[in-house]
Order: sequence, then C-alpha cells, then structure tokens
Amino acid sequence: MAGEAQEKEKRKMKSAKKMRDIMTNYYIEAKTAGETGKKVAWITSGGPVEPLIAMDVIPVYPENHGAMIGASKMGGELCERAEELGYSGDICSYARSDIGCSLVDGGPIGGLPKPDMLICCNNICGTVLKWYEVQARYYDIPLFIFDTPFCHTEYADEAKKYVRKQIDEYTGFLEGVCGKKFDHDRIKEVGRLSVEGQQLWQEVLDTAMNKPSPMTCFDAFFFLALIVTLRGTQETIDFYRDLLEEMRGRVAEGISAIPNERYRLLWDNLPIWYRIKWLSEKFASHDACLVADTYTSAWCGSLKYMDENNFLDSMAEGYTRIYLNIGVDEMIKIVLEMVDKYDVDGFVMHSNRSCKPYSLGQYDIQRAVQREKGIPSLIIESHMVDERSFSESQTETRIDAFMEMIRQKK
Amino acid sequence: MEVLNDFYRVAENPYEYSRELKKSGKRIIGYFCSYTPEEIISASGVHPIRLFGTGGDITLADSHLQPYCCSLVRGALEEALEGRLDFLDGTVFPHTCDSIQRLSDIWRLNTNFGFFADVVLPVKLNTESSREYFADILKKFRLDLERGLGVTITDDKLKTAITRYNNIRRSLKALYEMHSKEPGILSGRDLWAVTRASMIMERDDLLVKLSLLKEALKKGGRSGKSEGKKRLVLAGSVCDHPNVYTIIEDSGGVVVWDDLCTGSRYFEGTIEENGNPVESIAARYAERLVCPAKHLSNTARGDNIVRIVKKHDAGGVVFLLLKFCDPHDFDYPYMKEFLDRENIPSMLLEVEDSLPSEAQLKTRFETFIHML
Repeated sequence: MAGEAQEKEKRKMKSAKKMRDIMTNYYIEAKTAGETGKKVAWITSGGPVEPLIAMDVIPVYPENHGAMIGASKMGGELCERAEELGYSGDICSYARSDIGCSLVDGGPIGGLPKPDMLICCNNICGTVLKWYEVQARYYDIPLFIFDTPFCHTEYADEAKKYVRKQIDEYTGFLEGVCGKKFDHDRIKEVGRLSVEGQQLWQEVLDTAMNKPSPMTCFDAFFFLALIVTLRGTQETIDFYRDLLEEMRGRVAEGISAIPNERYRLLWDNLPIWYRIKWLSEKFASHDACLVADTYTSAWCGSLKYMDENNFLDSMAEGYTRIYLNIGVDEMIKIVLEMVDKYDVDGFVMHSNRSCKPYSLGQYDIQRAVQREKGIPSLIIESHMVDERSFSESQTETRIDAFMEMIRQKK
Repeated sequence: MEVLNDFYRVAENPYEYSRELKKSGKRIIGYFCSYTPEEIISASGVHPIRLFGTGGDITLADSHLQPYCCSLVRGALEEALEGRLDFLDGTVFPHTCDSIQRLSDIWRLNTNFGFFADVVLPVKLNTESSREYFADILKKFRLDLERGLGVTITDDKLKTAITRYNNIRRSLKALYEMHSKEPGILSGRDLWAVTRASMIMERDDLLVKLSLLKEALKKGGRSGKSEGKKRLVLAGSVCDHPNVYTIIEDSGGVVVWDDLCTGSRYFEGTIEENGNPVESIAARYAERLVCPAKHLSNTARGDNIVRIVKKHDAGGVVFLLLKFCDPHDFDYPYMKEFLDRENIPSMLLEVEDSLPSEAQLKTRFETFIHML
C-alpha cells in the first residue's frame, strides 16, 4: 500500500497547487473589484482579452466559471434555474448555468462579480451572441460585439478589413466605458506577453508527444485556465515556464501521466467537466492515456497568424481563424496532423449537445480519420456541464468496447 | 379564386415545379434563409428557390448530423443526399446560425450541385463598419456568381431585379394587410401557400399572379366570416406546417400577422431603387426585422413583437419554435416577458419535423384561445 501511495505522489503534478493559488487570487481580485475601483468585463473564451489587460480592466470568463460549475457538479441545479425562466434544456449548458447563476449568485464561488461591460466575440459560436444579449439586458450594461466572420474556406479580404476596423471600435468602446485613453504602448507589451504565453502553452502541450506522456488531456483541461483567463500577463508566462520545466523533468525521469501507458488517444471537443476524474480513471484502467485534444490547443492554434511586433493588426486574423471558426475540412486536416504528431491509437469524440459548431460535422471528421489513419473512434454524448444529461453505464460499456477494438488492433 | 390553385400547386410540389422550370431552360439555385440576397441571384439570370426541410423520414442525413440538430437542417441535407434536389445548379448559404453554418460545410463536402457559395454576412447590423462589410460581402458574392456561372451581372440587371423584388415584397405585405383587416377573405393556409410559393415561383409570373389575387380579394375573396375569432400573431423561424393555421381557425382563432422568416421577415423592408444597387440591397437588411441569429439591438425582437400585436390589434401570440433552434430558444423568454409586461398572453408550441396530433393541438389552441 505504501508503495502505491508513493507511486501516486510521484505522478502528482507539482504545479497544480500553484495554479489553484493563482486562480483563487484572480477570482478574489475580480470579486473585490468594486473596492479597488477596477472595472470588470465579462468576455467570451475566444475573445481578444489583451486590450482589456492594457486598460487595467479585469477580464472575467463566464465559460471558465461554467467549467468550475461543471467540475463542482452544480451545473444541473443552476441550469434548472434558467429552465424555470423559460430557457430550453437544449441550449448550451454554459449559458444556462451562467444565466441561472446570475439569478441566485450560486455555484462554487458564489457567483461572478457583476460586470461593467460585456465583450462578446463570436469566433467560437453564435450562441455567445444570444447569451451575452441576455446578460446585457439583465445587467443593463454596454455590450461590445467583436464579429469575426466564419472562415469556411478562406479569410476573405473583406472580412480582414472589417475585423481590423472593429479593433479600433473596440479600443474606442473601452475608452468610453473606462473614461481614459487607450494605452497604445502598453498593448504592445501585453501583446508580446500574450504571444509568449501561447507559445509556452503550445510547448507544454507538445511534451505529450513523449512516450510515455508526462500529461493527459485531463491535465491540460485543468492547466488551460490561465491561458484562457490571464493571457497577456507575466504571471501566466512564469507559470507555464515552471509547468514546462516540470513536464520536461517528468519526461527525463520517466514519470508518466498514467501508470502503464500502452495506448495513446486523442480527445475531441470540450471536456465533460463533471466527469473528468471518472473518465481519466476509466481510460487509465485500460492503460490508455488521452495524450492530446483539439480543445486546449485552440488557445495557441492561431499563433501562426500572430505577430508580436504588430500585435493589434495581426490579432485580427489570429482571433478570426481559430479552430472553431473554420470549415470542417480544415478541422479534419488539423485532427489528422494531431493523430500523427501525438502518435495516437484511437480517437475519442465528445458529441457535445451544448456546442453545435464543435459537434455538428464530427461524423464527417470521424470518417476522415477512419479512412486516412485507420484508427478506431468512439463517440460519447453529453451536455458539458449539465450532469443530468450523462449516462454512466452506457458510456462505460462503450468505452470498454472501444478499448477492446484498440487492443485487438495494436 | 382560381388563382389560389396556382400558389398551392407550387407550394405543395416545389420540386415538381422546379423540374418543369428547368426543362424550360432555367438554371436554378437553391438557398437557405431570408438573408440570401435573392436580387443578385435573380439578376444573374438564374432562378432562386428557397430550400426547406423534408416532409419524409430522415435517414441518410443521420450519418452526418446528430439528432440534436434541428429538423430543418437535417431535413434539407436528407433531401440533397436522397437526390431529390437533382434539378439544382447550385446552392447558396448565407451565414446565420451555427447549424446552417456547419450544414454548409457538410453540404460542400458531400454533395455536388455545381455552383456553391457561402455568403459570410456580419452578425451585427447596427454599426457603420458592419453595414459596410455587408455591402462588401454582397459585392464579393456578385463576383462569385459571375465567375461561377459565367455570366455578367450589370447594374441595370440588378436594378431591374431590385424593382421586381420590391414589387413582390410590397404585394405580399399588401396581402397580409388586407388579410389583417378582413381575415375572412383568405384562410391562413391560403396565405401560407402564397408566401411559400413566392419563394419558389418564377418571379415575373409570381407578380402577375399576386396582382390577380389582389383583384380577387378586392371583390371579397373567400368572404368567410371572421367575427368573434380571436386575433393572433405567430412568431418563430419557418412555418412548415400549414395545418397550424387550420387548427387555429378551427379552435376559434385567426393568425393576423407573423414574425416568421417565411412570413413578414421575408417581405418587410424596401430597397432604395436609385442608389448603388448592391449597397442598397445590403441596406435593407440593416433596416428589416431581425432574425435572432443577427444583432440589431438587445431588445429589437421583444420591442417588435409587442409593436406587431398592438398594430394588428391581436389578443395573443403563438410561438412556434423548431426544436433545437438555439437562436429562437434564447429569445423566447425575454420576448414572452415583454409580452407579459403588456398583459399580452402567449403560448409556446415546440415542434420537431412533424406536428403533434391534431386533437392534441386543437385542445391546446382552444384552451389558449378561450383564455384570451
């Protein structure tokens, strides 16, 4: 028994505590913004946060909060509050739980600080537009919509011009709400930090190319919070540097994320937040490590379009061409690259009823992976933070059958 | 009113009609949603028809789309994969909701109808740059059409098309207004067939038939009785179920106006005829009643539904929502709240690809209508 505990201790991520501390401090600062006179903006997870940081506005992410609600298994209860108001149980469970939470200040941290403004970028979905309209009415505060035209097959010149113009409208909006001039020097620095943070995050994820992998995608789901919420700060860079060092140390010492990595898998879509532990244990019991995912890499996937020396201009393209704002064929290309890059034996797709832009098209992606790479795939259906939608026994049976297929193939 | 038969024939058999049209040498482009700039397609000499879901079972589409995708999107794909749209020479997808957005990708990768275009419209319509972008993207669409179809779309052709569509929209609106004034002149199902056929029929022929219908209505139309019927407004996305109108009428009500994209949202707004034609087409969309997938203001649709009810002296609103339609699902609670504030009763009817049984629907409508 002592040996087992030691084993477990060895595998534990040392950076986890630091990360929790940073996030706790971040939420304390956000929740006491009223006392410090700082403004709070709610912003969508794929939204351009750097101008907020440059203006000393505290960015708060209802989606990150949604993930916390889900992980605390409080999603169902808060979703129900929204449903009582007439919201359909079919819509996004992040939105439902957030709308419910605004009413009762519930959830794991007693609700989010009241926003002074809302920044909605539709590069992740059309749902955020509707959700932020709901909150703009509820809190009666200004809403800025950063409209990033969908890139089915191209990033058209017309879109380029439009998005670039909106960056100036965005900074103008912030000047109005904050009552001060936009700091063009500061944004250069924030932009540089943002790009560096994204590069480090990609390097952290890349360590999963090692066999055995020092981390799983479930770890990535956890460590993701900083690149989402505090992108553009030195703190994020310092943290990811340490995390990268820890991962590299693990690789050097041969510490794997799961005890016996025999099979390597790729995850698609958002996490099922209330089942992270269960799923990671379930797969580990089959000696399967989910080494990578299409979700957490979305926060560094458009680095190729970003220029740290010309941040504001290049962020237009960077934010418009993120993973969810591109056509299914381009997604297929990225998934196929990931299959090779991380050398995986199988593909696990979360068919997420909460997220249509991520989920519709999955069947075509699944077929392409099957055709091009010949690896088995599995589809698990749920609503990402509404635990009422999850069937454990059904999922378990399907995972077992899927792993049996993988075993036979390898 | 014999002219009604022509509308019914087209509305109920749109594919048959399209195939006949095709035989006469017309090229046909199918489109989704009322944000498609039909004028530009029409000016290219190609005939635009709107695509809807399917009346039949959905099987082939199931291997591309999850069951939690709306029946309109799944049904449209089913029609394409089943080969029932073989008369199409192309398809156009304007950017609206997340589901249509992904349908466009799946359609592009799995079907082959020749011409294909995404018209990636802005989602907000209330800023100068978004309106400018709207016009820019329509100009791009005009070039895409010219290149893809090997045609030239001159300003003159665009102006002719704009006049044609302004006339169609004015006529449809006039019919709605005549019907709102005297609901007995046409049944709800008649009006459904007329608007539906308007999105399918050869448009010059349509204009002739619309004016014939107007003349017939001036002479009294169906001369049905509508006294004592409760006046209602129907709100939602598309109405694929003409039975809804009939059952409402059998239950003592009558739909006098709507906020549907196969209804008033299709015909509201006139295009300026003397300006730059493409910019004028774009300008109409910024003025027109907004679909929930677009942003005009935080309260545009709530304010509007109240305005419609008051203007048409209606007693209540029936929300007809397609299951899994996110944009409408998000708007429903606040629109209901706006109505509640004005003491305007409303009821919600959520439908999948088929309606609930007639008896069940009748009971629900009767209960609602008696309450008014």
